Amino acid sequence: MSKPTPLRGIHEDLGATLTDFAGWLMPLRYGSESAEHNAVRQAAGLFDLSHMGEIFVTGREAGAALDHALVGWISALVPGRARYTMICAQDGGILDDLIVYRLGDEEFMVVANAANYPMVAEELTKRAQGFAAEVEDRSHHYALIAVQGPQSQTLLSTLTDADLPGLKYYAGLPGTVAGVQALIARTGYTGEDGFELFVEGNEAVKVWEALTRAGAPYALRPAGLSARDTLRLEAGMPLYGNELSSALTPFDAGLGRVVRFDKPGDFVGRAALEPLKDVPPRRRLVGLIATGRRVPRHGYPVVLAGGGDVVGEVTSGAPSQSLGKPIAMAYVDTGATGDLAVDIRGTHEPVERVELPFYRRNK
Amino acid sequence: MSSIPDELQYTKEHEWVGGLDDGRTVTVGVTEFAAQALGDVVFVQLPEVGTRVEAGDSVGEIESTKSVNDLFSPADGEVVEINPVVVDDPSLVNSDPYGDGWMFRMRVDNDPQDLLSAEEYTALTQSES
Repeated sequence: MSKPTPLRGIHEDLGATLTDFAGWLMPLRYGSESAEHNAVRQAAGLFDLSHMGEIFVTGREAGAALDHALVGWISALVPGRARYTMICAQDGGILDDLIVYRLGDEEFMVVANAANYPMVAEELTKRAQGFAAEVEDRSHHYALIAVQGPQSQTLLSTLTDADLPGLKYYAGLPGTVAGVQALIARTGYTGEDGFELFVEGNEAVKVWEALTRAGAPYALRPAGLSARDTLRLEAGMPLYGNELSSALTPFDAGLGRVVRFDKPGDFVGRAALEPLKDVPPRRRLVGLIATGRRVPRHGYPVVLAGGGDVVGEVTSGAPSQSLGKPIAMAYVDTGATGDLAVDIRGTHEPVERVELPFYRRNK
Repeated sequence: MSSIPDELQYTKEHEWVGGLDDGRTVTVGVTEFAAQALGDVVFVQLPEVGTRVEAGDSVGEIESTKSVNDLFSPADGEVVEINPVVVDDPSLVNSDPYGDGWMFRMRVDNDPQDLLSAEEYTALTQSES
């Protein structure tokens, strides 16, 4: 049985197609996923992300514990700011990618992926031993509602007194939204400006409904996981299970910058990762744009055009609304020169290799 | 709820077959129920006119944002016409599955067997949703 979020009733009333995602019953789409995608690019979209995990690390040595447990330099975060980081295994493999918010001097919130957070909570608990720090998985107490798109700030400002214009990207502050206590964060996974609102689960419906009303003049639409996936793909953002896995290190994924060897003390994975930092990886994550209309999908081989030698593998692919063509991310051999194609169910379809991201908003 | 017109017949693979009374040529498309389950259709690949097909053969592809699905032949026969409009605008599968979103026409060797009535197909969709 999939777990419902506190907003399940709302999704059903909206006629959502619900799907199991990492053990959660989540809205895949409410109507046309293309329309939801475009709403986020042009106006605003409303997402239920309550499947994400919220793990709190508190105490005098909470920062030091996270410096040890994660690859990032977490103790250097200023209260109110957030950081994209990763938790790695001893061998350097990525166990999950995370956003860590520093809520106070001795309080951090680690946001982990739905499929991984029980494991992340367990690992953090183990790794925090010996530090004056407590780890508590509060995922079931929280709902997460995201408002994403260029109109996000305008419409959210009608429901809160919080200083939204002063809230920087990757920052969060406590406040009220529609009278409900919330952590208001300027983060997202769409490539647009937007906010993520962490609220108590039993307040989620009130916040969602208030946002829906406030968003009506701005063409806000509820958007499902399908649109979320195509939005993040256009923005070149990795998805755990696709671009990231325990078989890959942050360097393999082209994200070596998140590993902070310059921070004080040892951290889990350091010994395995340090020798890799100057080694050119065998494969590199690149963008592919299909010439035709068939979509390169997860797991499809990337081949050399003409010859057919396999030189890579697609990690994510979808039709792109913004480009009007199918796009994909793929790990491709760094030595593979010349034109590429993707083996789409037996037919080699030509693709153009491009740098990520596919889409960058105008700031 | 999706519409399931009474005058059409259906397959278990969520295709509709129309025009059986017009002699030996039938029109084939996918049902609204299938279109809704697929999500936005972005690509349709149809068989070539003149292709000999048998009932149950995969004769094409319907690709949506999230998935790829086979298009099956509902009967033995020959493809006599395809819908170029739906190839150019696959969103017609979502917006007009029983009209401009039709897929292909085929001349059947015999009256197709094992097709479902609208009532039987309705029961099938209710058991799957």
